[in-house]
Amino acid sequence: MDILYKIFIDPFMQMGGAPDLLVQTLWEGLVAGMLYALIALGFVLIFKASGVFNFAQGIMVVFAALTLVGVYDLLRGAGVPSGWLAAYLALAIALGVMGILAFAVERVVLRPLVNQPDIILFMATFGLTYFLIGFGEFVFGGNPKRMIAGELNLPSGAVEFKMAGGFVAMQKIDIAAVLIVSVMVAGLSFFFQRTRIGRALRAVADSHKAALSVGISLEQIWVVVWFAAGIVALTTGIMWGARSEVSFSLQIIALKALPVLILGGFTSIPGAIVGGLIIGIGEKLGEFYWGPLLGSGIESWLAYFIALLFLLFRPQGLFGEKIIERI
Amino acid sequence: MLYREAGQFKTNYVDDQAVFPIRQDRIGIAVILAVAFVGIPLFGSDFFISAVMVPLLVFSLAAIGLNILTGYTGLLSLGTGGFMGVGAFACYKLTTIFPDVNIIIWILVSGFFSCGIGILFGLPSLRIKGFYLAVATLSAQFFLDWAFVRIPWLVNNNTSGAIEVPSRYLFGMPITGPMAQPEVRYLVVLSIVALLTLIASNLVHGRIGRSWMAVRDMDLAAELIGIRLYRTKLLAFAVSSYYCGVAGALMVFLWYGSAEPAVFGIDQSFFILFMVIIGGLGSLVGSFFGAALIYGMPIILKAIVGLVGLQISPATVEHLTFMAVGGLIILFLIIEPAGLARLWQVGKQKLRVWPFPY
Amino acid sequence: MRAPDDSLKTRIGDVLLAVEDVSLAFGGVKAINGVSFDIRQGEIRAIIGPNGAGKTSMLNVINGFYHPQQGRITFKGKTRSRMRPHEAASGGIARTFQNVALFRGMSALDNIMAGRTLKMNVNFFWQMFRRGPAMREEIEHRRFVEEIIDFLKIQDIRRTPVGRLPYGLQKRVELGRALAMEPELLLLDEPMAGMNLEEKEDMSRYILDVNEYYGTTIALIEHDMGVVMDLSDRVVVLDHGEKIADGTPDEVKRNQAVIDAYLGVAH
Repeated sequence: MDILYKIFIDPFMQMGGAPDLLVQTLWEGLVAGMLYALIALGFVLIFKASGVFNFAQGIMVVFAALTLVGVYDLLRGAGVPSGWLAAYLALAIALGVMGILAFAVERVVLRPLVNQPDIILFMATFGLTYFLIGFGEFVFGGNPKRMIAGELNLPSGAVEFKMAGGFVAMQKIDIAAVLIVSVMVAGLSFFFQRTRIGRALRAVADSHKAALSVGISLEQIWVVVWFAAGIVALTTGIMWGARSEVSFSLQIIALKALPVLILGGFTSIPGAIVGGLIIGIGEKLGEFYWGPLLGSGIESWLAYFIALLFLLFRPQGLFGEKIIERI
Repeated sequence: MLYREAGQFKTNYVDDQAVFPIRQDRIGIAVILAVAFVGIPLFGSDFFISAVMVPLLVFSLAAIGLNILTGYTGLLSLGTGGFMGVGAFACYKLTTIFPDVNIIIWILVSGFFSCGIGILFGLPSLRIKGFYLAVATLSAQFFLDWAFVRIPWLVNNNTSGAIEVPSRYLFGMPITGPMAQPEVRYLVVLSIVALLTLIASNLVHGRIGRSWMAVRDMDLAAELIGIRLYRTKLLAFAVSSYYCGVAGALMVFLWYGSAEPAVFGIDQSFFILFMVIIGGLGSLVGSFFGAALIYGMPIILKAIVGLVGLQISPATVEHLTFMAVGGLIILFLIIEPAGLARLWQVGKQKLRVWPFPY
Repeated sequence: MRAPDDSLKTRIGDVLLAVEDVSLAFGGVKAINGVSFDIRQGEIRAIIGPNGAGKTSMLNVINGFYHPQQGRITFKGKTRSRMRPHEAASGGIARTFQNVALFRGMSALDNIMAGRTLKMNVNFFWQMFRRGPAMREEIEHRRFVEEIIDFLKIQDIRRTPVGRLPYGLQKRVELGRALAMEPELLLLDEPMAGMNLEEKEDMSRYILDVNEYYGTTIALIEHDMGVVMDLSDRVVVLDHGEKIADGTPDEVKRNQAVIDAYLGVAH
């Protein structure tokens, strides 16, 4: 009976007993969830527009951040005074690099693989992942780096709110992250639903052949959408890098975007956000209140289990369309 | 001219259903086996045997396991590393609890533990497909990773948290632990891998293999000709994770000698998946090719660097390897999605009709 | 052309399969609406109708791939509200598909051998060694499959992966796979779509032969009216998910509702 008490009653007693801790945990879940959602958003963009499940999105985040920091260092080495000028110059160059990456991916990977089964394209993005890891480390070195958040005029430090009978601390950078994510999601939703290119993108996702036959240029669409995903990746990289540091160990965390996608569905932008929040909050609550029962560290797999459970009941995700199989 | 099947007529279905219907292929296999069982142990250097051949065989076995699931049955798995770990830890527990039973038996038995875990995590495959299933297997990977680290009982509460392989003997000869000779370890690994490869080949050439491939190629049609999807998929999970489990046990007991849980991480899963992709999905011989290429590439790269006399740090070589592996995967998917195995077949076909291709 | 007089009475037996009042909807779209008809032992039954009439959906209901919201299906005297795919297969219902649904990565031989799966039952243990009972079983079924291969005249493409075969041959291999199941009821979804005249004649011949030699009951969907009228004993006509006519080819040909459905009505 003791174990049942520990699972079903005790955690809720703790929540009620210290509501400020609960709010703090929820907030941390929210922020983590937002960042998962951002990575998931990159996946969704590419999946919606090319039907490619881009496994490399997580690496693109790291690669973008690494490029930003690496270029900043190079610029300083070249005599540009450190500070906002060098930082923004580096930002522009990193954007350019993501553009070149999008272009290269289209040329080298996607174009020769048009009309191949989805699974082949999926595996090609594995190749891309490994290539980017090797390339990034080769150029910028494998050591963890500090994100140039201050130089990019991102706020730092924390604010404390008095609420729920205690204090809740929020990092300013997290608040900024939440705001930026919200703006980005709104913009992307608008882009997909209301613009001509957005509609073309959705057409391509449905069928490469059909899109080609009505005169949509796959090449352009893919470059555009991979570049957009690159921008999302860069944003994610900055936000995430500012919280910890920039290194390839981030890729394991980036994989958490996968359960997020499962919850939200592969094609839904709001789904990515809601899924991100569920996963983020779920895993922080789980780790904080139930983790000690299992010896903690359950954060590493809890997200996947939440997604798995969910899949068994709703295989098409929260916002995905129900698939009617034909034969 | 040597590679001809003209004049080799099959007069019964037994011969025609053979795995290698062409005589030259059978001779080739016999030669390869002779070299592997006799030539290499006699003439191979210790380094070649323990650092090249043993790992290669272990990876080939794991790749065959994953190939059964992903290549033959079309179920993408990212949990190979975890399943290998289950085999290794099960073997460790078994041999420390019952030290008197021969280690080879425990290696073969430990596969059944990973088989059980595989079936458990394969259950979602009944409801979900494709990428979704890949995520389900990721949950296996991360959960198992966590369990290997967090449950000290698995390593008998070692302070190092790692498996320390004890010495075990066969006919009075040490085959595991620090005293074991490379040749002996190699022969044990080779025998097990050869046996399991033979069984895999038998399975994929019969009814079971056809059901797996039917599920892969068109699951709905398979269901309508009476193939039970869930049984077939679970069987694939079971057999596949058995192979991975045995490969994991072999890896730790006959190659590494000791292993931390990190060996069974997600990177290992990807590594094996790449072998399967490059070698050829749905091809047993491809699993060997893939393992040779992916495992051999860093060794060859290092050798080249050494030969040329370039001053490149090991870290850089590793980065280059990553880039090369990634690039190769993309290259292979573009020019030959069926992998090295198809190139091999095409080559054989050309040889068959040489010198008059028309 | 088959003589419709006496052979009908000798060949055709009792009701093998009956669907009663079956309705099927996807979301709000009604694919089938209250359709009833039966298929008798030994007959060739055609299901015709304009595009989107619900013909393929009907076959999918019969072999359990779709679950109708309403209605009953009686097969070999057993009534149920829906079929399960496995039940249908083991009960002896085989099927070919509108868009060929072969196992593309496998050879023609393996595809047809896969059709024997249900008849094979040697256990895993023997399969591992491919000796003894496993090999005997494999050979026994190979012999059966070779008969089908001879019957369909596809000896030369045995070892070819079906993905590389031309469309007409793929359709033939698919028929072979269905025949390998030794079905009592064979459902053919547009067996002649996209074929030229010669191939159509061949396929018609195979269908008649299967019906005659193996005594297999056949239900087929076909758009080529000439073929339908020549081959079939009875025809059921669907339009917009509803049954509008049912009877011998001659009766159906004269039915006003059918003529309207095909040629359109002046409104």
